[in-house]
Amino acid sequence: METRLLREEEITLLLQEVYDTYGYDFSNYARASLKRRITRLMVLDRFPSFAELLYKIKSDADYMKRFVEEITVNVTEMFRDPEVYKTLRQEILPLLATYPLIRIWHAGCATGEEVYSMAIVLKELNLLHKSLLYATDINPDVLEKAKRGIFPLNQMKQYTENYIQSGGKEAFSNYYAANYEYAKFDVSLTSRMIFATHNLVSDKSFNEFQLILCRNVLIYFDKDLQENVFQLFDNSLEGLGFVVLGAKETLRFSSIIKGYKQWNKEKIWRKIS
Amino acid sequence: MEQRKNLEEDQLVAKQLLVIGGSAGSLDVLLRVLPRLKSKLQTAILIVLHRKSSAQTSLADLFCVKTKRKVKEADDKECIQPGMIYLAPADYHLLVEQDKTLAMDDSEKVNYSRPSIDVTFETAADVFTNKLTCLLLSGANNDGTEGLKRVKEMGGKVWVQDPRNAEVSQMPKNALATIEADAILEEDKMADFINLLD
Repeated sequence: METRLLREEEITLLLQEVYDTYGYDFSNYARASLKRRITRLMVLDRFPSFAELLYKIKSDADYMKRFVEEITVNVTEMFRDPEVYKTLRQEILPLLATYPLIRIWHAGCATGEEVYSMAIVLKELNLLHKSLLYATDINPDVLEKAKRGIFPLNQMKQYTENYIQSGGKEAFSNYYAANYEYAKFDVSLTSRMIFATHNLVSDKSFNEFQLILCRNVLIYFDKDLQENVFQLFDNSLEGLGFVVLGAKETLRFSSIIKGYKQWNKEKIWRKIS
Repeated sequence: MEQRKNLEEDQLVAKQLLVIGGSAGSLDVLLRVLPRLKSKLQTAILIVLHRKSSAQTSLADLFCVKTKRKVKEADDKECIQPGMIYLAPADYHLLVEQDKTLAMDDSEKVNYSRPSIDVTFETAADVFTNKLTCLLLSGANNDGTEGLKRVKEMGGKVWVQDPRNAEVSQMPKNALATIEADAILEEDKMADFINLLD
C-alpha cells in the first residue's frame, strides 16, 4: 500500500473548498489526525491523486457525506472506561435524582453506544422515566445507526465485561435481543432519547442540562476550538451540573475552569458558580 | 516582550526526537536500557508499547524507578520537551503535531494495535524529519515497518533490534526485509547509541 504524503497546503486547500462549498469548518481540527484520516480515505476509495479527491468532493454532495463520516472518528463502545460509569451510577446520578426532569446531553455521540449505556444505568436507578437523553453528532448517518440501537453481536462479550465492571448487577443480555450477527437493544431504552444533528464547531447552545458527556471528541480539536466548545458547554449547563470528558481530556486549561471543581480524580467536573 | 517569550518557549521544545516502538518481548529490553541513559540527554523520547487496553499508568511508574530521567504518560496537546520521556497511553494512538506537541487519536486500530507504532513513527517523521531516530524492538506482529519507511523518506535514522537477539523476532525481521536500517542493534549497544544522539 503506497501512500503519498499529503502536503500541509493541500490539506488547507481541501478544507477551504469543503467550507466554501458545504459550510463545514474543519480548519480547527487537530491536524495530524485529520491528515491521517484523509490519507486513509484516499487509500480506501482508491484516489490516484489528491486533485481527484478534491474534484470528487467539490462536485459530489453524496460523496461529501461519506467524507464527513470517514474523516471524523466514530469509534465508541458501551460502558467505555467502566469506572466512569461506576462513578455516574454511584455518585453523580443519585445527586441528580431529585430533579423532576433530568436532562442529559451526549455531545458527539457517534453511533450511540454510550447513550444506551447511560439509559441502562438510569433504568436500573429507576430514573429513566424522568430523564431525557439528547444525543447529537455532526454526522446524520451515524445518528441513524444510533437511533436503531443495533450493534454488532460480537462486541457483546466485551460490553458485558464493561457493564459488570461498572457496577451493573443485572444479566446484560436482558437488554437486547440477539438476531444473526446483531444485538437489538430494547425500545424502552430508546424511548427517552432525542437524536439531532449538531455541529460543535458552528452550532449554538440549544438547551440547559444537568449533565453533559463529551468523551473523546475534544482530542480531535485544537486548543482554540476546544475553548469554544467549553464555552458552549458552560452556556448549556445548569449550576451544579456536571461535565464528563474522555480519559485524556481535561478542563484544566480552559478559561471556564474557575467556575468548576473536579470530582475526585475523575474526568468529571461540577459547575460551582 | 513578545519576542522574549518566544525565545523561552523555543528552549522548551525538543530539537531532537527518539521514538521507540515495541511489542511482545520489548518491555524487559527497555527496563534494562533506560537505566543506562545519561541524565543530561537533551533528546526527547517517545515510547510506544503494545499493551492491554486495561493497563493503567503503572508503566510510567515502573520506568520512573528505573531511570533518572523524567518519565510520564503523554497528555493531549502537551509540548515535547527536551530530555523528557513520554509513554503512549493505553488505547490511544499517539501523534506528533507540526508545532511539536503531542496529540491523541482513538480511531480504528492499526495492525491490530492501539497505540500503533506506525502512527507515531509516521507523524513524528513528518515533523522532525532528519532530527528523528526511530528504534524498533522485539514483537510478534508487523507494526512499525510502514512507519520506518516514512522515517527513511523524510531523512530520519532507523535503528532495529537485532532479530537474532530479540525475544520475538517477527517485528524487527519484517522491518529489515523491507527497509535498510542505519543500525541493527544488540541490546547491549542500545544505550550507547542513544547517549550519542545529542
